Amino acid sequence: MIEIDENLCKGCEICIEFCPLRVFEKSDKLNRKGYYVPLVVQEDECVGCRLCELLCPEFAIIIMNE
Amino acid sequence: MGEYRHRLKDYIREDTMPHRFCVGCGCGTVLNAFTNAVEGLGLKPTRMVCVSGIGCSSWIPSPYFKADTLHTTHGRPIAFASGVKIMRPDLTVVVIAGDGDIAGIGGNHLIHAARRNIDLAVFMVNNMIYGMTGGQVAPTTPRGVKTSTTPHRNVEPAFEIAELVAAAGATYVARWTTYHVFPLMESMQNAMKKKGFSFIEIISQCPENYGRRIGLRTGNDFLKKYKEQSIRIEKARGMSEEELKGRITVGKLCDRDRPEFTAELHDLTNELVLNLKQEGAT
Amino acid sequence: MMAINQDRKRYLGRLEGKTYFILGDEACAYGAIYAGCDFFAGYPITPASEVAELLALELPKSGGICIQMEDELASMAAIIGAAWTGARTMTTTSGPGFSLMQENIGYAIMTETPCVVVDVQRSGPSTGQATKPAQGDVLQARWGTHGDHNIIALAPNSAQECLDLMLDCFDLADSYRTPVIMLTDGAIGHLRESVIMPRLSSIKHAARKLAKPGEEVFGGPELVPGMIHYGEGHNVHVTGSTHLASGMRDVSTPQVHDVLVNRIYKKIDENREKIVRIEQDITKNGKARAGVISYGATSRPAYGAVKRARLEGKKIDFLRLITIWPFARKQVAAFGQDLDTILVPEMNLGQISREIERFVDCKVTPVPKIGGIPPTVDEICQAIREVT
Repeated sequence: MIEIDENLCKGCEICIEFCPLRVFEKSDKLNRKGYYVPLVVQEDECVGCRLCELLCPEFAIIIMNE
Repeated sequence: MGEYRHRLKDYIREDTMPHRFCVGCGCGTVLNAFTNAVEGLGLKPTRMVCVSGIGCSSWIPSPYFKADTLHTTHGRPIAFASGVKIMRPDLTVVVIAGDGDIAGIGGNHLIHAARRNIDLAVFMVNNMIYGMTGGQVAPTTPRGVKTSTTPHRNVEPAFEIAELVAAAGATYVARWTTYHVFPLMESMQNAMKKKGFSFIEIISQCPENYGRRIGLRTGNDFLKKYKEQSIRIEKARGMSEEELKGRITVGKLCDRDRPEFTAELHDLTNELVLNLKQEGAT
Repeated sequence: MMAINQDRKRYLGRLEGKTYFILGDEACAYGAIYAGCDFFAGYPITPASEVAELLALELPKSGGICIQMEDELASMAAIIGAAWTGARTMTTTSGPGFSLMQENIGYAIMTETPCVVVDVQRSGPSTGQATKPAQGDVLQARWGTHGDHNIIALAPNSAQECLDLMLDCFDLADSYRTPVIMLTDGAIGHLRESVIMPRLSSIKHAARKLAKPGEEVFGGPELVPGMIHYGEGHNVHVTGSTHLASGMRDVSTPQVHDVLVNRIYKKIDENREKIVRIEQDITKNGKARAGVISYGATSRPAYGAVKRARLEGKKIDFLRLITIWPFARKQVAAFGQDLDTILVPEMNLGQISREIERFVDCKVTPVPKIGGIPPTVDEICQAIREVT
């Protein structure tokens, strides 16, 4: 399961660019700080590699492997 | 802000988050890798002391990482850390600071600590610029780049820091970029586990004060470049200088064993104390 | 009171009560061992190298650690880092090295780190007369590092005092959580004299001011907050940036800086009377019109000159500053109360004389001597004759 703490996100889009399975997409939702947060569009594709979680400079992504 | 729910929240000083690093800054990724490395190793932060200098990367452990922290004067974290380690050899002492701090003003302390092989883990975040102060040229800035103090062009060549440190005597040296988060994390674990001077050069992005001078405007621009430009050391060994132009060699440069400084120092003291004891007994 | 550990006791037990014929520098080193110095880091420099050399030989025998760092900046840095683990630490240097250490001395002041810096003054500026004594670092000891701050500095005038005052230096450092400068000079440092090694039973160490878990390490109700050491699991955050009582950086709130810097200043300023030490010889029935104030190596010929002048029928008072900083304002003001003139012989162009001028109404006559040779009794006596 992928959880994004939207208010920590600074809209850098690294997760969107580097997820090997294209799980994320840029949304048009703005967070409190005025950044566009990523949207999980293909959660079923996620294999729990945690690349997004580790690359995220903001500790905004939490991957919970079931 | 709401309850901080991240898995690693116990390793972070919660009221300091969100951190102050710019959008897409590599420092956040390095903090992430470091925190994961510590957790993965089962190392307790109460058994650690994190020492940093002055600059953006020096903020990685201080104040964000929840352990004993020492935020020192510019260029000197390795010297301060040496004092801590010598008197508390049982603690894991880590230095995290930037290229200007560690290899510029702090160059002397770096090479001597490597020569001594003192048991420290030094993670030098190399963004090839003096970022915090606005983008001045660094000893690691490539030739030709226009920075705020080389507005026409930089006429100096850049240092190859990891190679320098390996030559100075460090027993574990590696280089990664902020794209290579998994091997970086593993290297950090090896560095912290190993008894000796361990050094990791982490090529990291500064989109604000370096990127904008070289046409790389976002974190993603940099990471894509790192992915494209990097080449494993093992592969690079068979290649010519011409072929390696513009490439970043990543991987482990050395991993060897040499006598460790604090152990030698304490052995000497213990020996002399024992001699005195025995003299008194006779 | 801190107890003296077994290894230290064993080592000192072989010295106590004996009389040694040693250099002032060597006496400093023994003083450090008596004071319980756990860690020394230094760099060679004339005329201070002998302190490091003796410590390298002897300190490990008593269980302490002694190393030579790559430069003076690293030495100062290492002793600060080590102090945060609970150790009593020190370094030693002379003028050029003292200049190099200033940034980190400021760091120690701002982070309230106890440590001792022995500055064996030599003739400057710059490389100057490396092997010759002077007293040119007096104002530098007070103001060498940038920003508003306070400092404690002591000046011995004999090899015995080199040993004895080291104990005071370490105690003051721990009691006030500050670096303390031992301002000796090349004359005292390289002078060989009899030194009586103190009896262990007479040694009492002041304990370092420590905080209880949860108490603030960089502020709170007292002028001197307690320290919490590394490795005890309390996530101590030490920074040279302006910080809150918790240690966390806050450079944006003017009041935070005001409170912090003022408290660090006041903790020495308001404890002045507890820290200041002087020695004086006031003429009986207080009819003196002239006085001599001196310190360090100069104080010996100065006192000799006072005694000779008295034999010539003059009434001269004498005051020796043992603490240079904080300055003995009250004592100096009282000393100068009924005098017409105060002579201040110094091996510099007049540094402490300026400070004396601030606190007395009478005339202050500096008697400067530079060039590397301490003033003689004759020279100072001549200066006394010229004003009396």
